[in-house]
Amino acid sequence: MEGSVGDFTISLTKKPRYVVEDACTGCTTCVEYCPVEYPDRFNQGISDNKAVHIYFAQAIPLIAYIDESCIYLKEKKCRICENVCQANAIDFHQKPEKLQIKVGAVVLAPGYDVYDPAVKEEYGYGRIPNVVTSMDYERLLCATGPYDGEILRSSDKTHPHNVAWIQCIGSRRVTEGDNPYCSSVCCTYTQKQVILTKDHHADAQCTVFHNDVRSYGKDFERYYQNTAALSDTRFIRSYVSIVGENPDNHNVILRYATPDQGVKEEEFDLVVLSVGLNPPADNERLAEMFGLELNQYGFCKGVPFNPMDTGAPGVYVSGAFQGPMDIPESVFGASAAGSQTGELLDYRRDKLTREREYPEEKDVSGEEPRIGVFVCHCGANIGRVVDVPATVEFAKSLPNVVYAQEQLFSCATNSAKEITDMIQEKGLNRVVVAACSPRTLEPLFRDTLREAGLNQYYYDMANIREHCSWCHSKEKEQSTIKAQDITRMSVARACLLGPLQEIDLPVNKAALVVGGGIAGMTAALSIAEQGHEVFLVEKADELGGLARRIHDTLDGLDVPAFVDELAEKVFKNPAVRVYTGATITEATGYVGNFVTKLQSKRGETEIKHGVTVVATGSAVYEPSEYLYGQDERVLTHLELEERLAEGDEGLADSDSVAMIQCVGCRNEEHNYCSRICCGESVKNAIKLKEQKPERDVFILYRDMRTYGLMEDYYRQASEMGVRFVRYEPEQPPQVEAAESDEGKPVLRISLPDYVLGDDIAIDADYVTLAAAVVPGPDNVEISGLFGAALGEDGFFKEAHVKLRPVEFATQGVYLCGAAHYPKHIPETINQAYGAAGRALTMLSRDIVTVSGSVCEVKQDACMGCKACLEACSYDAIQMRKTKGGPKAVVNPVLCKGDGLCNACCPTGAIYLKHFTDEELFSQIDAYADQGDILEQIDAAVNQ
Amino acid sequence: MCSGRVDLEFILRAFANGMDGVFVGGCRLGECNYITHGNYHALNTVLLAKRILEHIGLNPERLQVAFMSSGEGLVFAREVDKFNQKVRELGPLATGEGADLLEVKAKLEAVRQLIPYIKVSERDKLSTPLKSEELYDSLFTLDEVESLLEEPLSYYIDPDKCQACGICARRCPVQAIEGAKGQVHVIDQDLCIKCGTCHEACPDRFGAVEELAGGAEVPPPLPPDQRSLPAKGGQS
Repeated sequence: MEGSVGDFTISLTKKPRYVVEDACTGCTTCVEYCPVEYPDRFNQGISDNKAVHIYFAQAIPLIAYIDESCIYLKEKKCRICENVCQANAIDFHQKPEKLQIKVGAVVLAPGYDVYDPAVKEEYGYGRIPNVVTSMDYERLLCATGPYDGEILRSSDKTHPHNVAWIQCIGSRRVTEGDNPYCSSVCCTYTQKQVILTKDHHADAQCTVFHNDVRSYGKDFERYYQNTAALSDTRFIRSYVSIVGENPDNHNVILRYATPDQGVKEEEFDLVVLSVGLNPPADNERLAEMFGLELNQYGFCKGVPFNPMDTGAPGVYVSGAFQGPMDIPESVFGASAAGSQTGELLDYRRDKLTREREYPEEKDVSGEEPRIGVFVCHCGANIGRVVDVPATVEFAKSLPNVVYAQEQLFSCATNSAKEITDMIQEKGLNRVVVAACSPRTLEPLFRDTLREAGLNQYYYDMANIREHCSWCHSKEKEQSTIKAQDITRMSVARACLLGPLQEIDLPVNKAALVVGGGIAGMTAALSIAEQGHEVFLVEKADELGGLARRIHDTLDGLDVPAFVDELAEKVFKNPAVRVYTGATITEATGYVGNFVTKLQSKRGETEIKHGVTVVATGSAVYEPSEYLYGQDERVLTHLELEERLAEGDEGLADSDSVAMIQCVGCRNEEHNYCSRICCGESVKNAIKLKEQKPERDVFILYRDMRTYGLMEDYYRQASEMGVRFVRYEPEQPPQVEAAESDEGKPVLRISLPDYVLGDDIAIDADYVTLAAAVVPGPDNVEISGLFGAALGEDGFFKEAHVKLRPVEFATQGVYLCGAAHYPKHIPETINQAYGAAGRALTMLSRDIVTVSGSVCEVKQDACMGCKACLEACSYDAIQMRKTKGGPKAVVNPVLCKGDGLCNACCPTGAIYLKHFTDEELFSQIDAYADQGDILEQIDAAVNQ
Repeated sequence: MCSGRVDLEFILRAFANGMDGVFVGGCRLGECNYITHGNYHALNTVLLAKRILEHIGLNPERLQVAFMSSGEGLVFAREVDKFNQKVRELGPLATGEGADLLEVKAKLEAVRQLIPYIKVSERDKLSTPLKSEELYDSLFTLDEVESLLEEPLSYYIDPDKCQACGICARRCPVQAIEGAKGQVHVIDQDLCIKCGTCHEACPDRFGAVEELAGGAEVPPPLPPDQRSLPAKGGQS
């Protein structure tokens, strides 16, 4: 990299693929003929691939390349692939290519490397065949894995039915070759693997040997409970050693200890090492090249309070190079890095964009339906279960179907091209793709139709993956029949589809940010820095939110100073208007054109804005347990933090402090982990020890969830003499006022000790409670105002956990901070920039397109009863006086296409385009037709 | 499209097509993908349809409604498995109940004809969100459905009162009213969907459209040659 921020020149070397990208069709004939078998790196080397191959089933682009195992490249012999390729795509003359790219900013997203357990003899990996890593196992579970989704063990290719997972392999260990930090993701991915194992073999026995179970992510606690509740599934809290292999059956012998049974040995068919995350292998080279600093573990160090900023101007980082993190966090960070890049390069936004051009749309509304059906194999996802060729033949037999074919991946670029070509060649005027859920790929296929000059609504998707092959993988014949049924229903509907036009709406360039805590302020500033007016609305009289009660972070950063600085930046930014002491009284409108009314210190205000960011934060649980509120020596962890900051004398003099974790959460009422309390308590414990080393500090916990690099502080606290005592929710600690042996008044805590196997009593001067983070008190109201969904636990629910983690299903409304789920300050900042980034994708447009699938009223049939008007929550329907009485009319811009009005209308006058009664009846009837045929067959057989 | 889009007719049509069971899935109650909370409407439609099934001698358990989020594939699978099991136990439609399939289909068809009337009559109940499961059973009673289906109201134009103003004919959403200038208007009872629009539209000063109680005999229409009104404004 050369140059400076805003004007970098990046030099790259592009390795030769030996395949011409534009010519290769991905047909894989070359792969079939290639004589070189070579361990398949994508499948962890468990199965072989060829020297010429496609990297993996969903690779983009889905075309072949030749790797270094090729014998022509090594010995100048062979060239079979060149001869068999009908597209003439093989080119052995390709040389490494030097490229130079001019960019204004750089986002580093190199990901992580998987910990290699082979570095330590004791893990048995590579030495004992039936010991695999979790990444190996991930591939074994996968439908496109080494055995097409069959779990086979390496020694004898049999199905393992008794599988053990060992957690924290390479993580949370200070020994040579291991990582001291927690890898953050392994507890939950292991649970996923247990669930998938049970899906593969319902009778499988699954055993997870773990330390703390760190289900700290959103909805992870329930996921853990669901996993643990599976039949024949054990979670055992124990260290484990791998003793060796039973030579007779190649089973793996593990030694572990339980409180009731002591040390024992047990045999397992297969052992999975839940390996952790390493920084990317070339981290040092990256650091040097881009001028950034690494932390002691080799992850990007970053700037305090801004995890995306590497410290090098114009260079940002997202994903696990920041430190171990899971997919949703990585996606927050990716949007966040995008937003920061946007701040930097806003002055030349849109300079390089090009308008997409489509061919002119043909009017085919007068033509007989000519339907083309494309049936997707989805690699093995569909093809392994459903007989795809038979389904294609079946489709050809359906009325109005003039063409049908199969495709390996209908979503691949070349397949889309094939659809476009066939539309033109065969004169198709309707297309059905039998593949996956329309949720993911319908937009792509609609675009394909536009490319071919057809109206995009002449398209229907038959979901034969989620609705068929995935859920009936064991019933292949029945699945094929069902896939054909689904296809027939789609074809019937396709006959009735009509062309629909979409509406372009202008986008108001201003943003409303609801909530003035760290999340809201960060999002507001990032949006403002990209040239947009921002209205920041805060309920309280000052900005800062719950962070005002935090004094520092675990790594010692000064939170009050940061919050003050942030608030100052907000007030100084001319594009941000702040409303404190504010209540929102009304919110109407739609994406790009919202109108919100509020009452604040400034009086009544009406705001027009194009997007809304919900950043309303959370609240703290008010404990009713452990004498809180009855005995003044019982504090919450935030009260402890406040007293520590104030230098409270009583606390300073104390000889013993006990902290109780998980107060008010991980229970029936709040069935989730509050995520931040373990770190909070460790932070306070270290401070108490620093203040007075001889003081006894206890942390009574269920699982210590100091995930990621926080693990260091857990260890530090332990080394400083903080005593960690585990309790079970069935036998929680009992707190009572008592007198110590010396006659001093104390709080006595009694609980069973699982290590000693006996009851213990702790005398403390103070008991502090890790009170849960609970949903904000106004969540229900905010949810109603902005159409922002709430989850089961009362926090706001994102549209999709991984794909759309900072936005709501309601278009133009975004989410960040603790309103989404409890999180630490850097995580909040990560997500706040992420929400800003997503909001910008809307604000940076001039228009937003509204779906053509909206309601319309057949005037003659309308009886003017207003049932539709009452059913509509979007105020999209109004009554109009006509000679024939009052009639309903729909404002298509406001209509969101839910169709409730259709079901309420007595006469069928109002209809949702693209989902009309006729279209849906056609599907219901098309399904029945087959039933009639079957009945007739049954009758014939019986006679 | 919301689960609230599921029309009573979809359900009845599926059964009339010989389906042994119908499953309606929606978002969790109280958690709407839109902001409409149409899933409550779907619930009520299903509760009503269950009573209708019961009324015509079908087991209401052939119809199932369940609510889950898009992220709860496992819940969906579990619910469908349970329902599938249930329907297998119930056996084929009608025969499982010891009824005649053709007869059942005829009854379903008759109910289908009454859907507009059902929607008008039960409009308020259909759109009332039920916040607790205890309320499910009592929303619609068997007696209520029986009188709704067996004794529907009828509308009739009193030829002595009709002034041939034509308002009712213009307002009728299904064009079931015959009439011309100076001709007494007549409702075609076969086309009429019993929505009551004509009753409401007929000017109070005429009050010609009568609402006849359930089960009442509708007087036969005047023969076409007797429909002319006497000319107004005295003799000529």
